[in-house]
Amino acid sequence: MSDQIVLKTEDLTKHYGGVHALEGANFELKMGEHVAIMGDNGAGKSTFVRQITGVEQRTRGKISLYGEDVSFAGPLDAREAGIETVFQTLALADDLDVPDNLFLGREKTFANWLGPFRLLDYKGMRQATMDGLNRTGVKIPNIRNTIQNMSGGQRQCVAIARTATFHSRLTIMDEPTAALGVQETAQVENIVKKLKEDGEPLILISHNMRQVFDLVDRIIVFRRGRICANLMKAETDPQDVVAYITGAKTGEEYKETAL
Amino acid sequence: MTDTSHGTGGLIFDKTKRSWPNEMNIVLALIIIIVIFEILGQVLPYMKDQSFLFDTRGRYDSIFNEARLQIIILQVAIIGIIALGVTQVIITAGIDLSSGPLVAATAMIAMSFGQTELVNGFSNPKALFGSWAMDLPVIVPIAIGLAFGACIGAINGTFIAFLRIPPFIATLGMFLICRGIALWWSGGNPISFPTESYKFIGSGMMPVVWFLSLAAVFHVIMRYTVYGKHTYAIGSNEEAARMSGINVKRHKVMVYMIASMLAAFAGVVLAAKSETAQAGMGEFYELFAIAMAVIGGISLQGGRGSIIGTVLGAMVLGVIRSGFTYIKLDGSYQLMAMGGIIIAAIILDQCRQRNKA
Repeated sequence: MSDQIVLKTEDLTKHYGGVHALEGANFELKMGEHVAIMGDNGAGKSTFVRQITGVEQRTRGKISLYGEDVSFAGPLDAREAGIETVFQTLALADDLDVPDNLFLGREKTFANWLGPFRLLDYKGMRQATMDGLNRTGVKIPNIRNTIQNMSGGQRQCVAIARTATFHSRLTIMDEPTAALGVQETAQVENIVKKLKEDGEPLILISHNMRQVFDLVDRIIVFRRGRICANLMKAETDPQDVVAYITGAKTGEEYKETAL
Repeated sequence: MTDTSHGTGGLIFDKTKRSWPNEMNIVLALIIIIVIFEILGQVLPYMKDQSFLFDTRGRYDSIFNEARLQIIILQVAIIGIIALGVTQVIITAGIDLSSGPLVAATAMIAMSFGQTELVNGFSNPKALFGSWAMDLPVIVPIAIGLAFGACIGAINGTFIAFLRIPPFIATLGMFLICRGIALWWSGGNPISFPTESYKFIGSGMMPVVWFLSLAAVFHVIMRYTVYGKHTYAIGSNEEAARMSGINVKRHKVMVYMIASMLAAFAGVVLAAKSETAQAGMGEFYELFAIAMAVIGGISLQGGRGSIIGTVLGAMVLGVIRSGFTYIKLDGSYQLMAMGGIIIAAIILDQCRQRNKA
């Protein structure tokens, strides 16, 4: 793990009218680090992610990616900057197959002088898809299958494989296994472990304590729109984390700010 | 984690696993329909052993009844050109009702620039403009027609994509507007007597040539280009398409423009074929074009279907029309039966979707 900082937010704040959904979040993610964000419903986890991925515009604060200050006008900007997000509602086109979905909006093409009618490089995309799937260890029987013929786990895997195929600089997953069965969850977790081995930085939002302790290095706990704990996995245990989530405990450095 | 849960096959690209294409079902239906008409021809007492498809006059150089085959495809060629565009619109989960009147309006406009000055030595009795608009090269009516179509399509697309008006309503409005334009253009009078070169693009089997070559071009475009892929993506999951960085609004405008340009081209060819243009032309064309697409397996929910399907759908419609005439079914029954067939096609499509899910 190098010390390069992938993502840093300073005083990140979001108010919806009078509701202070996120207040002064200072957060750092180092190269190759996997961090979980936990917290009760309405604690500000998703709001935090939405500010980073440009889905919403922050009220105040600074975000920097690899040391550069960024300000995304929309999710596309964030994606172009290398932030790949796996949303709870998977952004996949049901009638297209795996390579089509992976490369949607950034197809490999040739004869580019044809403008919108430039030709698709199906072969290249298929090859790159295979490589990406191999790298993540995703198993899909036939990549020519359309998404509608796939199980929930396979769909999730396709969504995650997108991040691997494009060497994203930061992957964010918002409850990737919330709707999945046991085996499918295991498959998704395997992919996350693979990303870890490859040193890809990741932010994981999850309610699943076992999963969090299985997968990440560090746990950030949100409470009432503020960060209330920053815990190394080795120095904590599930009961401890629950105490932070419910408000029974507050991290030393957050005593001043957390409610 | 076991290998069995998601197939031990891993990531092998298996060509044999590609499913039975939908288009084959339509080919099958086409064959069945032809066989039915063939049998009816033999069985019905008043038909006197005629054959629907085969030559019965005992000529040595032909097996098939070419005249009938030609009529079948010629009948559907012009509406087929419209259907190629409607197919693309439906794939984006939209609909275009304005194509029929657009055909009429374009036919009027194009014809008024494709007239010939002297008819049998006398000046053209149907002349709309002065002599400056007479005997222009054939490219002029075509270009003006296509430009008009592009304008209408751009307006359709802008209303639908940017002002978020439902496609049904936006194109229904344009339906009336175009019919109005067709009437207004010459004050309701027909425009006739095209130049020889303009006549040529609609003469004989030329509409079929246009239809099939445009179908080939758009088959390639829909299947092998970014434009096609994005069209399918938008119809399949518009939100996903937007998240993936596709400029959905601009793309929709483009799709509606292309659809309207195809309809306009159909109008140009139709005027040339009929050698006259009237404001009442192209009645129900938009509905038949939609019917061709639907029979061809284009899902009205968007995201599914192909140009080949639409061409086959056009053939089915053509064969049915020709077959009904062949068994001497009255025109009124023909319409009723055709309506039933369109509904049946949709029911079949929905059953197929349900089985898949």
